[in-house]
Amino acid sequence: MRYLGLIFKNSVRNRRRSLLTVASIAVSLCILGLLIAMYQAMFFGEATPAQALRLVTRHRVSMTQPIPIYYRDKIRQLPGVRDLMTWQWFGGTYKDARDPNNMFARFATDPDHFFNVYNEFQIPEDQKRAFLRERTGCIVERSLATKLNFKIGDTIHLIGDIFPVNLDLKVVGIYDDPDKMAALYFSREYLREALGSSSAQQDMVGAFLIQADTPADVPRLAAAVDDMFSTSPFPTRSESEKAFQLSFISFLGNLRLFIMAICGAVTFTILLVSANTISMSVRERIREVGILKTLGFTPGAILGIVLGESAIICLAGGALGCLLAAGLCAAVSHSPGADMMPAMHNLAVTPPVALVCLAGALLIGLVSSFVPAWSASRTSILDSLRYAG
Amino acid sequence: MAIPVSYNLRNLVVRKTTTIMTALGITLTVAVLLSVLALVNGLQTAFQSSGNPLQILVMRKGSNAELSSAITREVYQDLKSMPGIARDGGQPMASLEMVTVINLPSVDSPEGMNVTLRGILPLGIKMRDGLKLQDGRWFQAGQREVVVGKSIARRYPGAHLGNKLRFGRGDWEIVGVMDGGQSSVNSEIFGDLNQTSSDFNRADGLSSILVRATDAATIPALINSMNDDRRLGVVAQTEKEYYDSQTSSGAVLQYLGIFISVIMAVGSSFAAMNTMYAAVARRAREIGTLRVLGFSRGSILTSFLLESVLLSVLGGLLGCVLVLPLNNITTGIGSFVTFSEISFNFRVSPQIMAAGVAFALVMGALGGLFPARNAAKKEILNALRDV
Repeated sequence: MRYLGLIFKNSVRNRRRSLLTVASIAVSLCILGLLIAMYQAMFFGEATPAQALRLVTRHRVSMTQPIPIYYRDKIRQLPGVRDLMTWQWFGGTYKDARDPNNMFARFATDPDHFFNVYNEFQIPEDQKRAFLRERTGCIVERSLATKLNFKIGDTIHLIGDIFPVNLDLKVVGIYDDPDKMAALYFSREYLREALGSSSAQQDMVGAFLIQADTPADVPRLAAAVDDMFSTSPFPTRSESEKAFQLSFISFLGNLRLFIMAICGAVTFTILLVSANTISMSVRERIREVGILKTLGFTPGAILGIVLGESAIICLAGGALGCLLAAGLCAAVSHSPGADMMPAMHNLAVTPPVALVCLAGALLIGLVSSFVPAWSASRTSILDSLRYAG
Repeated sequence: MAIPVSYNLRNLVVRKTTTIMTALGITLTVAVLLSVLALVNGLQTAFQSSGNPLQILVMRKGSNAELSSAITREVYQDLKSMPGIARDGGQPMASLEMVTVINLPSVDSPEGMNVTLRGILPLGIKMRDGLKLQDGRWFQAGQREVVVGKSIARRYPGAHLGNKLRFGRGDWEIVGVMDGGQSSVNSEIFGDLNQTSSDFNRADGLSSILVRATDAATIPALINSMNDDRRLGVVAQTEKEYYDSQTSSGAVLQYLGIFISVIMAVGSSFAAMNTMYAAVARRAREIGTLRVLGFSRGSILTSFLLESVLLSVLGGLLGCVLVLPLNNITTGIGSFVTFSEISFNFRVSPQIMAAGVAFALVMGALGGLFPARNAAKKEILNALRDV
């Protein structure tokens, strides 16, 4: 500790080199920070209390294959079910589908259960009643309504694809979702009418969203629902809402491996950059090391001074990298791409992420400088004084 | 007069530790970029070799994927008689198909993976030119028999020849393995159209019609007449266009990968800059000597820039070598268009490697520019006096 001043002086001696090294480490670490934050948001994100109560039941293969509507009454009778609603992906196109702004989730649901199951959603009471009352009414999430300028009373024309019908929906309410998941919901009854009684799709539904009495009931309910239908022609898979969202992400390929591989490459790059810098510095100062030794510095002290210098540089890079990563996270979470993945809205460099980055930086600093530091502390006084550079 | 390149090469060899460490940093950056590009390239190859330029894919108006399209037999009958459709022994070459997704147990995922099941007629098989049987035989009409693509046979333990798969209303025997070259057919399962559509309760809710035009000149007219016929209510596009639009599933990974490589490249340029500044500082006397010998400032600048570029190209080449083992490794990626998994091979093509080396070259040039300018600006006297 008493060499702290010396260590600090050493690290700012060649300012340009230190700055370049810090910058190099910072940009690499900002990627590491971003990826770790993504990993955390996707795989460790805590379920909100409302979310922890919900589970999704769908066809075992995927949401694209429907299950019969009569499952609703069977599920409702299970103990531990507080409420449930149908959750039917409508798809279709709105205006010009080639404009990504016009892509948002559109679901048919049961208006009388919707705000019980999604009890964290906020909507004015009169709009809620209008949603219950108006057959062709629909409600829109606030950020989506702002983006596409939907107002109460507007008509939204959807052209069906999975369902061979076109719908004219009237905006009757705008709700607030804490997760800001851009979506539109309308009544499943309206869809049924539009399909007509001859349609095979009339009595089928994509998924059920079930609300359990307590979070502890969720796994038991999932198993009970799947058991009930396991031998039917339409077997189901039930999972917590969080797990359901995760399955969407894992669907994109082995994202875990992808992130890990890149993190590995980035870490190794930083290690190389840092090792290179510190060995260049040590090589230039071998004579100095000899002088320090003649002054009575022990090999241990020399080792500590070199390690400390590298640690300071790496930590500075780490801190700067964390700041950059925080900026990147904010940019990503507000980008249009984040609308597709609700987990991305919560992307941020949280204290644990920052801690992992800084600890990583420190470790890299120590590991990368160990060989040059060790050889500096071992060189004999004579050899180092004789060194010509 | 230019300074010989051997001067730079020797210098790189003399300072081998620094050279190797800087080059390795560039190697890793290039390797990250190349593996992402190889992944996207493989995905694109899988889709691009899937379409026949003479063929048109017809879906329900408003659909952008076969999975979300619904076509009735009535539309098929009307469409078949349109002029401009090629004929095969008197029959118009229009193949009615049903596409759905089934779930197969997989080693990679405990919940199984989704794969595309296609109900098809013998004509449809005939219309896929590159498709051939690798093992076994084709399925028979009216039987619960399927033929699986070769990637599926390789990736899923339960999908070998002779095994049975359970989906729809019963067990389906795998009677053949098909090879579609590079195309996405390798990730599909084919079964008899009538048997599959009745098992999935979709006897009249089929997915798409594949049509072959008589020649390239009739394609635009045929597409227009299909799209304009309000009674049909369909959207027609060439098979190529359809598959090109499907590559979008790789776009997320592609953008993420390129974004990360560019940031890593900034870091590596800084590292290269550091190395080159040290090189310039250590060789101040040499630079002075070179100037005394009559080499101009310009040739000093070029020489140091060249050294930096050499260093980074070395890194770039190493990066190429590092990703070569990835070539032809099969991987899978989920698609939100088909809601199933497409497997394809990583493809490290010469173009990609060239792009990687070029990327390294830019890194080296950017990293070397300032130190080289620094070297060229040195005054002879000061440089020689330097210790």
